[in-house]
Amino acid sequence: MKKTVFFGAVTVAGLAAGLASAATLDDVKARGTLNCGVTTGLAGFAAPNAEGVWEGFDVDLCRAVAAAVLGDPMAVNFVPTTGQTRFTALASGEIDMLSRVTTWTYSRDTDLSFEFAGVNYYDGQGFMVPRALGVSSAKELDGATVCIQTGTTTELNLADFFRNNNISYEPVPVETNAEGQQQYLAGACDVYTTDASGLAATRGTFENPADHVVLPEIISKEPLGPVVRHGDNEWGDIVRWTLNALVAAEELGVTSENVAELAAAPTDNPEINRLLGTESELGAMMGLDADWAVRAISAAGNYGEMFETNIGESTPIGLARGLNAQWTEGGLQYSPPFR
Amino acid sequence: MTSLTDPHKPAFRLSQLIYDTRYRSMTIQVVAMILLLTAFGWLINNTVENLGALGKDFDFSFLGSRAGYDINQMLIEYDNSMTHGRAALVGILNTLLVAFLGCITATIIGVFVGVLRLSKNWIVSRLMAVYVEGFRNVPLLLWIILIYAVMSESMPRPNDFRGEDPSASMILGDSVAITNRGIYIPRIGFSNSLSGNEAVAPIEGATPLATGAIDWILVFGALALSVIAVRYVRKKATITQEATGVRPTTWYWQIAILVIPVLIVSLFLGLTFSSPYLKGFNFTEGTHLRNSLIALWIALSLYTGAFIAEIVRSGILSVSKGQSEAAFALGLRPSWTMNLVILPQALRVIIPPLISQFLNLTKNSSLAIAVGYMDVRATLGGITINQTGRELEGMLLLGLFYLALSLLISSLMNVYNNSKKLKER
Amino acid sequence: MSDTHAQTVSYVRDTMLPQAEPPLRDKGAVKWMRENLFSSWLNAILTVLSLFVVYWIVSHLYPWFANSVWRAGSLTECREIRDATVGSDAPSACFAVIADRWQQLLFGFYPKEYYWRPVLALVVFLVSLWPVLFDNAPRKMLFFTLAAPFIMFALLWGGPIWGPLFVALGFVLGYFAYELVNKSAGPLAATLAAIILPLLYWFYLVGPLAGLFSSVAPIGFEYVDSKDFGGFTLSVVIGVAGIVLSLPLGILLALGRSSDLFLINKVSVGFIEIIRGVPLIVWLFTASLLLNYFLPPGTNFDLMLRVIIMVTLFSAAYIAEVVRGGLAALPKGQYEAADALGLDYWKAMRLIILPQALKISIPGIVNTFIGLFKDTTLVVFIGLLDPIGLTNAIRASTDWNGVYWELFVFIGLMFFIFCFSMGRYSLYLEKKLQREHR
Repeated sequence: MKKTVFFGAVTVAGLAAGLASAATLDDVKARGTLNCGVTTGLAGFAAPNAEGVWEGFDVDLCRAVAAAVLGDPMAVNFVPTTGQTRFTALASGEIDMLSRVTTWTYSRDTDLSFEFAGVNYYDGQGFMVPRALGVSSAKELDGATVCIQTGTTTELNLADFFRNNNISYEPVPVETNAEGQQQYLAGACDVYTTDASGLAATRGTFENPADHVVLPEIISKEPLGPVVRHGDNEWGDIVRWTLNALVAAEELGVTSENVAELAAAPTDNPEINRLLGTESELGAMMGLDADWAVRAISAAGNYGEMFETNIGESTPIGLARGLNAQWTEGGLQYSPPFR
Repeated sequence: MTSLTDPHKPAFRLSQLIYDTRYRSMTIQVVAMILLLTAFGWLINNTVENLGALGKDFDFSFLGSRAGYDINQMLIEYDNSMTHGRAALVGILNTLLVAFLGCITATIIGVFVGVLRLSKNWIVSRLMAVYVEGFRNVPLLLWIILIYAVMSESMPRPNDFRGEDPSASMILGDSVAITNRGIYIPRIGFSNSLSGNEAVAPIEGATPLATGAIDWILVFGALALSVIAVRYVRKKATITQEATGVRPTTWYWQIAILVIPVLIVSLFLGLTFSSPYLKGFNFTEGTHLRNSLIALWIALSLYTGAFIAEIVRSGILSVSKGQSEAAFALGLRPSWTMNLVILPQALRVIIPPLISQFLNLTKNSSLAIAVGYMDVRATLGGITINQTGRELEGMLLLGLFYLALSLLISSLMNVYNNSKKLKER
Repeated sequence: MSDTHAQTVSYVRDTMLPQAEPPLRDKGAVKWMRENLFSSWLNAILTVLSLFVVYWIVSHLYPWFANSVWRAGSLTECREIRDATVGSDAPSACFAVIADRWQQLLFGFYPKEYYWRPVLALVVFLVSLWPVLFDNAPRKMLFFTLAAPFIMFALLWGGPIWGPLFVALGFVLGYFAYELVNKSAGPLAATLAAIILPLLYWFYLVGPLAGLFSSVAPIGFEYVDSKDFGGFTLSVVIGVAGIVLSLPLGILLALGRSSDLFLINKVSVGFIEIIRGVPLIVWLFTASLLLNYFLPPGTNFDLMLRVIIMVTLFSAAYIAEVVRGGLAALPKGQYEAADALGLDYWKAMRLIILPQALKISIPGIVNTFIGLFKDTTLVVFIGLLDPIGLTNAIRASTDWNGVYWELFVFIGLMFFIFCFSMGRYSLYLEKKLQREHR
């Protein structure tokens, strides 16, 4: 507490974000807002609208966590981070969780001391080319010029892929997705590579999406998920189980529309009852109240609803569920049981 | 007189440390020293504690581990299996390259525009004023982004060169292709290369410096010797002029000395030009000047050139009008007046601010981040830090590099400045 | 007489000829063109070349502006309108994006109902500059200038006004401590008191006091978080804060650099050279990635504050060089006169040297500010949403994905207006100073 006194003048003015102590949950509750790191702008995943309200798939996860912990989905401070600044922002306690299309890798989990609280989007790196090029496989891309976002895992995957197949390429590094899109459309590169979701999102906004094809090869596994600091397991649990609750809610048929009704009284399905807190006190086990999951689900709907409103097939981005379908429907989204 | 005694020497009192001007400066410095060391100790202590809390150490061994990423423009050999240290070196050379090119063109642009701004031609001076104000008052970052975008939007794609009736064609006898991925120019190669192998196996994307360094050193060595010889010829001509009043015509000698040795060396090495041609997705062969380099180069040159133009203009204006009037009275032509009377005097005023413009340009080259030019900030300070999580070590090295570069440039230019300074007695 | 005369001289004019029209080539537009555009072959070529350049630029840009669309909800709509009115091949700017998002570009995410606060803060800033930049202002205005940073802070960030008020009181406390102790215990003790007392007050008293008053009388504006700052508001706040906060430090550094004390001199030189030798972007990454390492474990500033700290240190080095120039430009007689009057160092500086040196330095300081203001665009690389950062965010929304030039043209124009007018002002000031010195 000494240190806050040291910066007393500033703290009073409300500028300092305060202490990042071991217990993130206490900090968040004391502060009354959740600091959530997002991208500086990626269509469908996180971007501010004309009113300055952040919207997107990653954003909705932050809102769900804020709703579970604080009871208000709008009590989130969105901190835009770049590929380069995101991990430092999290490590230094500037943000409580990072929900920024971040790939779960071994070294990030161990060497950089972070904890991945699950996977909210199973992605993989793909390639997009103009249809006119007549390319049907990534292995035909020998000598091509490839636009690639720096500061991500994609540039390492790309180097590995071309090395494995013994073909050459010319990388054109770009700083943001918007920049990559402009370069690709101008024809300054033959190929644009990033996560398949990003490719689809980008392609969806083109003037003539049909002129571009996404190649069938997916050259890497990119499990994207929310990240928290290593060592604060209580907080990690909250983020992990909020995500799980959203996934489980979809599996159990709990939506933002019927959640209030289902939570009003115990139903016939005991798992729903446990999830929504009408039976046994699951919330208390991680320091929250009983209807934390109800609030999380009402914030932006269950996992499926979040997917559909932000990036699903009805949106301009038009992503199919694919790997991200429920396990019951052949996908990988699978919540451990609430018991 | 004999009773002269030593003046009473008062005992040293502690309060003298504060009130006696002889000691006070010492006191102040010691106190400042202690405060400074405490502050440093505090910072270092915090850093150690923070690193400990994050489970990190302070270790430069990451420079020796495999980089794993590719760099498009490299002046020395590099591929993704080499180390982070090597990648940093590639970045450093790229920074130096764009800074060097930028300084030269910015000076040329600046001098031209500075002189033209003083032109009596109304439309020319207005146009130059618009250029100078436009570039000085809009952030460099915006210019870099805009120029890069203009280049990739307005130049033809490699695909446009294809087919029966291509919408774009190569220029200068099919040797240079201007595309929106950069400019492809013929690559100069040496068939009798001294670097061992017969036909220099082109390493993909490598510029000639990487493949035939020895040959280039030979050629440039010959050129340097020629330049020295030319200077000698000129000096002799000046001596003759001073003795006889007539300057012997030596220009054909000078040209011959400059050209012939280089030509001989090149022919001996088997000089070949390999023009770029379309193959697969891109032009191959030839040297590829990437758009990122060109855009950054142009933007830096135009931006700094605008500032240099103002410096040149005020330098010329600072030479008093009597000087040019005297020169005209002597019957010197306007061009001679400029070259022999005005510019040498203006140079003294111009050089010190010019040095700081060169420094600015070098530092501004770090904005390469906006166009994806792989300079040292992008390799060492960007991808390497991001992949290894060594931000403290990486940023420290990056800062030290820029600091060393700045100090080097300013000390070199100061030496030059001192040689041009008015020698005062 | 006239007759004889008439025989000897055939004709004598006894009245002046009426002034003839100058020949066609020596009057009006033709003369002007001949003298200004075609005075020599070289000039003629240059003129034709320039005209061609102007024509080329205008002919390429004009249709784009002329066909621009101002009312549309998204880029797709823009394209539809373009297709309907001028055909799908014609170049057409979609300025509808500016119409839709100009507020965001100017104010970032600042709450709409409080837009007047940053505007008022800017007005406060400009008014507070009046006594500094113009001589005709009443001297009393200087007090307003001193208070202005706190007023601006209270306006921009809001929150209870007690915080900034009590922080400001610390300076008053320091002043009175100096005056009181100076009478009883001499200047040295007074200086110490003027430093230590306010520090103690800020560290230990301001917090509780402000807290107490805020709970008793919660007067103040609605609190606005740093993360809501964006667009030009962010640029201006960072630029102004950087310059204002760096002035004291910069002056101290300049004095240190021209000081005879070996250690002080070397430390100042080292600081200035290190800061100036490294690009701002590296310092910004330092602020974003490393500053937390250097502070005690657990302290945590928000990014904007860290950037302001770094920018302050950065511009202090540049201000120091400008002020040093001002110090060096003063005639040596001023220093000697101050010594002859028996003034000690600080009095000499405060009463004689600095007022003159700073006055000469003002154009340089304004130029430093212009440079810094332009450089604030670099914060985009550490994730702050300045105007250029906002273009990324705007282009990431599905409505405006694909918009490019319009946003950059708008931003460039805004920067140009701002920087150009400031540059003109500093030029005017320089000229005025030159006149006064003659």
